[in-house]
Amino acid sequence: MLDRDDQEIMLRGIGVSPGICIGMAYLVDKEGVDVIKRYSVPETDLENEKNRFKTAVKKAKDHLNGIIGNTPEDFRDHTDILETHAVLLKDKMLYGKTIEIIDQERINAEWALKKVVSDLQTMFKNMHEPYFRERAADIVHVSDHIMRNLVGAEHANIKDIDKRVILVANDLSPAETSQIQLEWIMGFVTDLGGTTSHTGIIARTLEIPAVLGLDDVTEVIRNDDLIAVDGSTGEIIIHPTEETLVRFVKRRIEYEAHKAIIMRGSCLPAETLDGLAVQVMGNIELPEEVVSVRDHGGDGVGLYRTEFQYLSRSGFPGERELFDKYKDVVEVMMPKPVTIRTLDINGDKAVARHSEASEKNPALGLRGIRYCLKNPDVFKTQIRAILRAAAFGNVKILFPMVSGHDEVIEAKRMLDEVAESLSKEGTEFNRDIEIGVMIEVPSAVIMAEVMAEEVDFFSIGTNDLIQYTLAIDRGNRHVSHLYQPLHPAILRMLRHVTDVAENTDVKVFMCGEMAGNPIYAPILLGMGIGELSMNPQSIPVVKRMIRSLKVEDARLFVKDVLKETTAERITKLLQDSYGDMVSEFII
Amino acid sequence: MSHSVKEFLKDVVIINELGLHARAAARIAEVAGNAKSKMWIIKGDEVVDAASIVDLLTLGCAKGSNITIKIESLSDVDTLNRVAELIENGFGE
Repeated sequence: MLDRDDQEIMLRGIGVSPGICIGMAYLVDKEGVDVIKRYSVPETDLENEKNRFKTAVKKAKDHLNGIIGNTPEDFRDHTDILETHAVLLKDKMLYGKTIEIIDQERINAEWALKKVVSDLQTMFKNMHEPYFRERAADIVHVSDHIMRNLVGAEHANIKDIDKRVILVANDLSPAETSQIQLEWIMGFVTDLGGTTSHTGIIARTLEIPAVLGLDDVTEVIRNDDLIAVDGSTGEIIIHPTEETLVRFVKRRIEYEAHKAIIMRGSCLPAETLDGLAVQVMGNIELPEEVVSVRDHGGDGVGLYRTEFQYLSRSGFPGERELFDKYKDVVEVMMPKPVTIRTLDINGDKAVARHSEASEKNPALGLRGIRYCLKNPDVFKTQIRAILRAAAFGNVKILFPMVSGHDEVIEAKRMLDEVAESLSKEGTEFNRDIEIGVMIEVPSAVIMAEVMAEEVDFFSIGTNDLIQYTLAIDRGNRHVSHLYQPLHPAILRMLRHVTDVAENTDVKVFMCGEMAGNPIYAPILLGMGIGELSMNPQSIPVVKRMIRSLKVEDARLFVKDVLKETTAERITKLLQDSYGDMVSEFII
Repeated sequence: MSHSVKEFLKDVVIINELGLHARAAARIAEVAGNAKSKMWIIKGDEVVDAASIVDLLTLGCAKGSNITIKIESLSDVDTLNRVAELIENGFGE
């Protein structure tokens, strides 16, 4: 193996959350055990090699016994499988065979184990009884455990991180991110993902620098490597030299200073030069983030994503639990509004136990309002919690993934049913709240006129709208360059929705990523979108941008923009007209 | 050897619902591990090591399977009886 301990390595990915961090890498790599190296072992070292294997097995066994020992008697039923695994560890066919192969073939323990396991797997896979066929999984599980100990990979239990680290992973599922003790995380570095991935959103929300989409960074970085991350440029440096470190520290100081300047004006209202006040609000995912919205000068919570409480748990959260959180958020924000979006479990945020079967195409599957209407119990529990929290402040309710008129009617009917039962019970609640739908499915854009009769506001979710309209999977790097907010089709759709809103007195908000980028503010303002909701960190910069604009100019500008026929030309027009203004705010 | 071969063998039937599943096999292997000489489980033409779960599982013994336990030394009769008992009691399920 190459000795590259002192060598500085520079990699570039997608900087999705700005900021600089320098620290130790912590690898979360579930697939690390799949890559097994084969090398021969000299006869004199065979004894050592066998001992290395025995130690790995012993460690695995101790680990299992530890878990069994820590399980209360009442739950011992669940440890049966672990006890079986503990016996399997020392099984002749696995343990004895591996040692035999190390001896006979003079190869490393990892390879010997891999060989034994793949033979066993083949044997089991050929069996008739499904039960016995599945036992191959137990063997794989046990051997993975040994393998992890052999190759020295940590047990990927990110719950247990207890030092300040930079998290390095192939990808992080929402369930994983929700387990992390975030105060220990200085930065995120991953192979997969991009600006709009869940990890990206979380990183930005929590103001943790993140560089994603690095392809095979988990192959290059090792546990405890020193790395420097620049979430603004997407640069990461492994084994930085003294010189690089100085450069990064300097950049960090600059970044903090710049942030301080932007923050200074954050509490001033976002009023255009010609006197139009725009509401600039924050998107939140964790209830705690409401503080961040307030600190960044947000005029309310424009989008409260409620999925978090449903993740990484067995069963659904109860009404009381949901109500407590909603009430917290609403009270902190009082008297400013909080728009609570009902459960939008989707492909990205899927919870295995809640989806009956894994869907082949979850983005087009049972998610959002569709899921809720199919699971009225889950939906009603949440609506009850929302209506009850509404008694404590300014609440709006927002239904996601609406694709047609009937879904709105059905959702509103359930809302009324819930209100009626709350009223019968004599529980304190408020039904008199504004109702909105997300405009994120192209059919909802087309049907905007009809839906306007049923709702008080539209909230445009640009991320999904762009994805569905342009048929782009935003997680797929091969097509992600086609994900263009400035595509003329998207802008025409926005125009249609804002026209409908103007003619029908329905309010129109925007809560997608597009709202949080100051460069788009002239277009959004020019179209008449009066409320923007974004990551709390973007609030100050967007407010600043709005304060430098004139609505009259923006309206004329939009007319020009809509005449253009390609995203490229629109981008150029926008850059030429407003690029300089924006560059002052962004590093 | 003058002893009848019979004494070294014992036929049993798997009676529990799941057959000789992983945990059951683990229990047999654990007991068989105490034998001083080898202990074998025979099903049809196949002979496997009673001390190996993996081996036992490869027999694929569903409920109702007839199997034979075989020992190589009389000193393991107790162990043989304990294994037989386990199986006949359906592993206490």
